[in-house]
Amino acid sequence: MPPPVLRVEGIAKTFGGERALVGIGFDVRPGEVHGLLGRNGSGKSTLVKILAGYHVPDPGGRLEINGEPVDLPLRPGDFRRHGLAFLHQNLGLVPSLTVLENLRLDSITRGARPIRWRAERAAAAAALGRYEVAVDPAARIDTLAPVDRALVAIVRAVEEIRRAHAATGRPGLLVLDEPTPFLPRTSVGRLFALVRRIVAEGSGVIFISHDIDEVLEITDRITVLRDGDVVGTRTTSAVSHGDIVELIVGRRLAATQRAPAATARATFAEVSDLAGRSVQPTRLAIGAGEVLGLTGLIGSGYAEVPYLLFGARPGGGLLKLADAPYDLAAMTPRRALALGMALLPGDRQGAGGIDTLPVVDNLFLPDLARFLRHGRLQRKVMMQEAAQIGRRFEVMPNNPVLPLSALSGGNAQKVLLARWMNRTPRLLLLDEPTQGVDVGTRQQIFAFLRTAAAGGMAVVCASSDAEQLAEICDRVLVFARGRIVAELDAAPGKDAIAEACYATTPLATAA
Amino acid sequence: MAVTVAPQAAPAPASRPRITAYTAERFALLAVWVLLIAGFGVALPDSFLTWGNFSILFASYAPGALLSLAIIVPLTAGDFDLSVGATLTLSSCIIGVLNVWGGVPLPLALLAALLAGIMVGAANAFFILWFRIPSLVVTLGTTSLMTGLVQWMTDSSTIGGIAQGLVTAVVGGTLLGVPYAFYYALATAILMWFVFEYLPLGRRLLFVGRGREVARLNGIAVDRVRAGALIASAVIATAAGAVYAGVLGSADPSSGLNYLLPAFAAAFLGATTIMPGRFNPWGAIVATYFLATGITGLSMLGIPLWVTNVFNGGALIIAVMVSQLTRGREASDIG
Repeated sequence: MPPPVLRVEGIAKTFGGERALVGIGFDVRPGEVHGLLGRNGSGKSTLVKILAGYHVPDPGGRLEINGEPVDLPLRPGDFRRHGLAFLHQNLGLVPSLTVLENLRLDSITRGARPIRWRAERAAAAAALGRYEVAVDPAARIDTLAPVDRALVAIVRAVEEIRRAHAATGRPGLLVLDEPTPFLPRTSVGRLFALVRRIVAEGSGVIFISHDIDEVLEITDRITVLRDGDVVGTRTTSAVSHGDIVELIVGRRLAATQRAPAATARATFAEVSDLAGRSVQPTRLAIGAGEVLGLTGLIGSGYAEVPYLLFGARPGGGLLKLADAPYDLAAMTPRRALALGMALLPGDRQGAGGIDTLPVVDNLFLPDLARFLRHGRLQRKVMMQEAAQIGRRFEVMPNNPVLPLSALSGGNAQKVLLARWMNRTPRLLLLDEPTQGVDVGTRQQIFAFLRTAAAGGMAVVCASSDAEQLAEICDRVLVFARGRIVAELDAAPGKDAIAEACYATTPLATAA
Repeated sequence: MAVTVAPQAAPAPASRPRITAYTAERFALLAVWVLLIAGFGVALPDSFLTWGNFSILFASYAPGALLSLAIIVPLTAGDFDLSVGATLTLSSCIIGVLNVWGGVPLPLALLAALLAGIMVGAANAFFILWFRIPSLVVTLGTTSLMTGLVQWMTDSSTIGGIAQGLVTAVVGGTLLGVPYAFYYALATAILMWFVFEYLPLGRRLLFVGRGREVARLNGIAVDRVRAGALIASAVIATAAGAVYAGVLGSADPSSGLNYLLPAFAAAFLGATTIMPGRFNPWGAIVATYFLATGITGLSMLGIPLWVTNVFNGGALIIAVMVSQLTRGREASDIG
């Protein structure tokens, strides 16, 4: 039997005292699709980054490629020499250039010789033809369907492997890091057909995904990571959906996840036919004074919901508040603010606040009109109030003239949260409110949210962090493929939330 | 010149050394300006250091000062308006053609120029915001378009003999020894400073320029703010055209574009002073007259023409470079 394409043994990684990988081992055989599974933070990405030469592993681990030991740590870019290729979710294509230019990027940007376009075109057409990817080489990437973009990116990665193969005569290894979450279900089959052609040539493929059905369909074996350790490697044909969830979560999924009877809480808002880029028509209700969590696997649609309700992204649906119904297709952030809604976006720098401007300006951005007295902005009043708010929300250092960038992530987030809480909105929408926030500040933010909810504010929190949701939410809705698949009532625990993410049958009541 | 700056521009009172560096940076250009005047004064005590010379300098660079004030409005909102130079020319030539050739009374001619200016700004805004074309491209196009229209309108000839009223209003008299022309620029700067610092509109402009998505999610009508900024810059450029016609006493269809690059230089140079890191009207005024002083002094020294261009460009690059270095290359309006 030929040696495994990749064999790792005792690979460990410690980040500042925290063990991300405790010394793991597994192997990938030639011609095999090997699934790598685990929850967020289980160590999958750390492992991939070690292979890509991005992280330096702790000393003592072994890495073999095609039976030959390779010196660790790998240097960035070294993987190419060893016949490895990586495909990440963002694909790494230039959207405004053509398929041809993207496929032949290396060849047409290296060296000083004039480009032989005829040969480049032929090479691109041959590469696409070899894997039966029907894409026009002259088409711009941004005009392609998402799946075609992914196929082009994979073909480019495989071409890299072929080049290494031509030099060494050894099989290569393609690492597909969650290539499917944003693809329509119907086109995933085309991607799998390409993956099968690649392994038929003798290369190995590592397939990282959260989607267990897909893993069952495409992989030959799977390795599951939990808390930085390998829980086990299994032959895919010998395990069931439930077995895999058990391996990932560490306990068996409850047989049924019934929607509970209507909650005692007064309803604040009802949303029907909510739809967006990744959300299928969905119905949900938000109670007054409730902290409602939204979660799911990446790409499942939960993260889009706060933006759809706020009118920040195009979508549709009907939002019914106590007073009147509002068409979400016509909703804008302006209108949402006027209705007493507020949105704390997940992208703190790009969408939340402006780093280069002072705290006071970031704090009162939507409230400027309030400070216009006697024909001018009352800077002094703004400063005083900003300092007061800073004290109330325990912003450190509490100096409103500092630019937002001078504050730590947690303190900057408190400023942005204070911006909205200070207006006492009726509905507060949050996307990953504690991302990049230190532990102490997390607890403060949770406390603010709980106090606000106790005062009657409805809070919707989208997050991939089960622990966080378990801590603050009264109820959690779990999304998969754009629909609600589970409703966890009565302050669910973090394991219950995590395992519900792997459910796939839409709730009858939520459809 | 008394310079007042809003308190929020100052850094933390706690960090003493930064205050010093910051204050030094705020007034560095003013200090260099004074040194420059002193230098030329020593070299040319009889010609340079005369009130007459400064009086001319203040008047003749007023249109340039207005143009750089015009530019910083859309720059603050994140858009480039290259068309202000052509708008200046269009405005002065509309006034010339209507008033001199058409016999239209001056107030009506001025009104016509104002309407044309508003239309230019609105057209820029339409192409930039409706079709999502980069502002650089649109305003480059409208520049060429307006330049052509002006050539057609004027037969590419200078129109002399503009109504005395305009000339009188611009250079017909002095206040505190400085010709009126300068006060139009000063008044515009005061107005802009008030809007930038003390009205919510100014904050909105700034937020739209620094973070469009942030502004949008905070309920700011981003497109309306950008359109307003483009129209404002065209209107100020129109005013600069009227002042230019008054300074010359004629409408010149070809020289207006020469103001464009120096005005941009002054806008960016101005963002290194008074309120470093932000486009600000006082900075633009100081920078305009700093550059003007250098050019005037150099030409009076009999230095060849090419040196003035080197001075313009060199001053801009050095000032922006020093400014970036003092603030540790942090992101600002300039980058």
